[in-house]
Amino acid sequence: MSLMMPAPDRTVIDGRAALLAELRRLLPADAVIAAESALAAYECDALTAYAQRPLAVVLPRTTAEVAAILGTCRARGVRVVPRGAGTSLSGGALPLADGIVLSLARFNRILEIDLENRCIVAQPGVTNLALTQAVEADGFFYAPDPSSQIACTIGGNVAENSGGVHCLKYGLTTHNLLGLEMVTMDGTVVRLGGGKALDGPGYDLLGVVTGSEGLLGVVTEVTVRLTPKPQGIGALLAGFDSVEAAGGAVAAVIAAGIVPGGIEMMDNLAINAAEDFCAPGYPRDAAALLIVELDGPAGEVEAQMDRVAAIMTRHGAASLKRTRDEAERLGFWAGRKAAFPAVGRISPDYLCMDGTIPRARLPDVLKRITALSAHYGLRCANVFHAGDGNLHPLILYDANVEDELAKAEAFGADILRACVEVGGVLTGEHGVGIEKRDLMGEMFDDTDLAVQQRLKCAFDPGGLLNPGKVFPVLHACVELGRLKVSGGKLRFADLPRF
Amino acid sequence: MERLAPRTLTDLAGLVADAHERARPLHVVGAGTRAGLGHAVAADAVLDLSAFAGIETYEPTEQVITLGPATPLALLAEVLADAGQRLAFDPPDTGPLFGEAAGAGTIGGAVAANLSGPGRPRAGAARDHLLGVEAVSGRGEIFKAGGRVVKNVTGYDLPKLMAGSFGTLAVMTRMTLRLAGRPPATVTAALLDLDADEAGRLMQRIAGSALEPVAIAYLPAEIAVRARHPLSAAAVLVRFEGPETALAERLADLQRLIGGTAPVEAIEGPDSDETWAMIRDIAGLLPDGGRALWRLSVPPAAGCALARRLGRELPGVHWLADWAGGRLWLSLPGDADGGAAVIRAATKTVGGHAVLFRGPLALKVLVPVFEPGEAGLALLEQRLRAAFDPAGILNPGKLG
Repeated sequence: MSLMMPAPDRTVIDGRAALLAELRRLLPADAVIAAESALAAYECDALTAYAQRPLAVVLPRTTAEVAAILGTCRARGVRVVPRGAGTSLSGGALPLADGIVLSLARFNRILEIDLENRCIVAQPGVTNLALTQAVEADGFFYAPDPSSQIACTIGGNVAENSGGVHCLKYGLTTHNLLGLEMVTMDGTVVRLGGGKALDGPGYDLLGVVTGSEGLLGVVTEVTVRLTPKPQGIGALLAGFDSVEAAGGAVAAVIAAGIVPGGIEMMDNLAINAAEDFCAPGYPRDAAALLIVELDGPAGEVEAQMDRVAAIMTRHGAASLKRTRDEAERLGFWAGRKAAFPAVGRISPDYLCMDGTIPRARLPDVLKRITALSAHYGLRCANVFHAGDGNLHPLILYDANVEDELAKAEAFGADILRACVEVGGVLTGEHGVGIEKRDLMGEMFDDTDLAVQQRLKCAFDPGGLLNPGKVFPVLHACVELGRLKVSGGKLRFADLPRF
Repeated sequence: MERLAPRTLTDLAGLVADAHERARPLHVVGAGTRAGLGHAVAADAVLDLSAFAGIETYEPTEQVITLGPATPLALLAEVLADAGQRLAFDPPDTGPLFGEAAGAGTIGGAVAANLSGPGRPRAGAARDHLLGVEAVSGRGEIFKAGGRVVKNVTGYDLPKLMAGSFGTLAVMTRMTLRLAGRPPATVTAALLDLDADEAGRLMQRIAGSALEPVAIAYLPAEIAVRARHPLSAAAVLVRFEGPETALAERLADLQRLIGGTAPVEAIEGPDSDETWAMIRDIAGLLPDGGRALWRLSVPPAAGCALARRLGRELPGVHWLADWAGGRLWLSLPGDADGGAAVIRAATKTVGGHAVLFRGPLALKVLVPVFEPGEAGLALLEQRLRAAFDPAGILNPGKLG
């Protein structure tokens, strides 16, 4: 493992028996997992390249139990890694050798469905899809739809500020949350946001906790907004001879003031992988394929489809298909939704990257990815949320070939550097976690990071909650408080990195 | 009162660092048009940001703009309109509410107060559109957070924290905002002659429908006749945006949805825009003159019933509901506690909170403008503030 985690605290590891005894005193017998065989299930999340057995796993059922666990861990200096369904692609739930995993799996109940106020109050372990399923029959849905929605939990979505295919129109998790109940590391239970109201009082702690990757507190209840299901949905499928032309078409759609439900792009390798996998009827010879989905009041969808079709043609679409019914629409999506398993079939392993760039820089960045692919001798299939510039290059490699994982990681890091260089960011929706932690310096200087870490200190002065994630250098809070800057440079810039 | 008006970022950072060292409070000001919002700042020096104005980069195709916080909203609106775009969160012009000229407010002020217009339920507030910031912390450090793209989870979402912090955490010096296209056409349906209870129920049905209304408000009769597009009776107003051809169909769908509940009048084009601008800016709709103006944030289905209840319990209440009932504006006499005790208790029972948006100085001495949080939360906020501004020099007193 090339990745360094904080040095384990020997005294904590030696105190494991006493910790377990204390946890068993606080929790029902079935809520503490300590057997080696059972711990194995928790040693990694969806970033499977990294694994670590934790000291123990706890499975509380109530907010009071979470508060008791955190209180005890704080008193004993034990690190805590919160975990939802473990679908993080950035290693956000990677355990620590001297820490416990706090699983929210048993917080799996929907507490209230309030259709009048168009919201659901749920426990964090409820899956994203279950929220929509609970209100579908009444004509509503929960809008953010990450591709892992069948498994990922709403608590995990809050931690990562998850997006999905439809966030272009409906926003990310952060735009669809009303309130949270959260327990801080000292065991205090706080309510953030406005409850069922849109605006909360005070500082926007709801906003800053969303996407904080489990570093600020443990969320124990979530209130999400519901959206009425659109009357009509239609989609267009357009093939282009060049990525530039497809990119131009995307820009023109947005510039026309049209807000599609989603715009997805796939490159030639991804198109062919999908065709081989499930034959959705994509044009195999296209350099780039666009799927544009429009939803809204029925008449408006038709009018907008006309406008989008005209834009596609004007930008040189070599092929253009328009859905006539629901089955056809799902067919258009089948290949895109299967893109990851399809790529999985043409390669033993792949790394999924997640940078975001200004839309106009897409052709430029794709050219660089092609050049990097040749340089590293690794193939790369590209699927994008083109409407918001969020790239998911899939780097194909074989973990059984020596050095190929390291090469793939270096390739991925170069892609993310390119994203930052053109004015973009390291991660659009998967989170920093451990995966992009050591690249944070590409985007932020030491002062930027010190300011962010002081925020962490306000919530968790002991640095016990999910340490080793997001920040490349761990400073003690007391040291951050003393940091003096001059001309934007920290005096202690040469502190050792762990 | 000393006025510090740094011309460069370095100078600004130096001034703040110096103030930090000497624990000297600063009143951070853009155009100053929103100084009446919140409490008076306890500082003997003004930090004037007027040099941090102007558009730095604007790429219409990316729908993103980077600009100085002291850029006037009026100028910004013009530049965006020329490119067929707008700020989707539609910040109100609060100047006239506070006795200032119209059109003088800055984008920085609107963001610092996390303002938003009638479109908030769908379009979001300032917090949802601030993609990135450069700022100077209360220690005098220059830092940046967020980015210039819409989808970004790299590091904490500090822009959300900056929005609505009233300049008490850091001095914003540069901001990147997300923009939206202007709709090809708009229309407003006025559903007439509804009492508050009927209106409350009907607004939820419309908000929960697939008609994609972009704004829903209720004006009781006496308010409706003050509107720039005068209405003859109490009205639920529903705004639609979209291609011209689709709007007639939307009105017909709305008719079908509400059945024969109320007669419907269509308000078109500029009249529609002006009506919503009035609801956004409030000034012309509710009576003025030494009164208290409350802004309530409540679950939408509870809004109209709460307003009626407060109207019964307190003398001289005038009100209107925006956001399908989720936001209430209440105007009442500003003597005694300006209704604070009754309003805050009643708002709390429905799960909301109340801000004393404007009130006579004497009233603000008695009544906190912002609702005090529960103990655990208050402590967290205090620690958060100290993390950014340990000496408490940025706009002290502003939040109470």
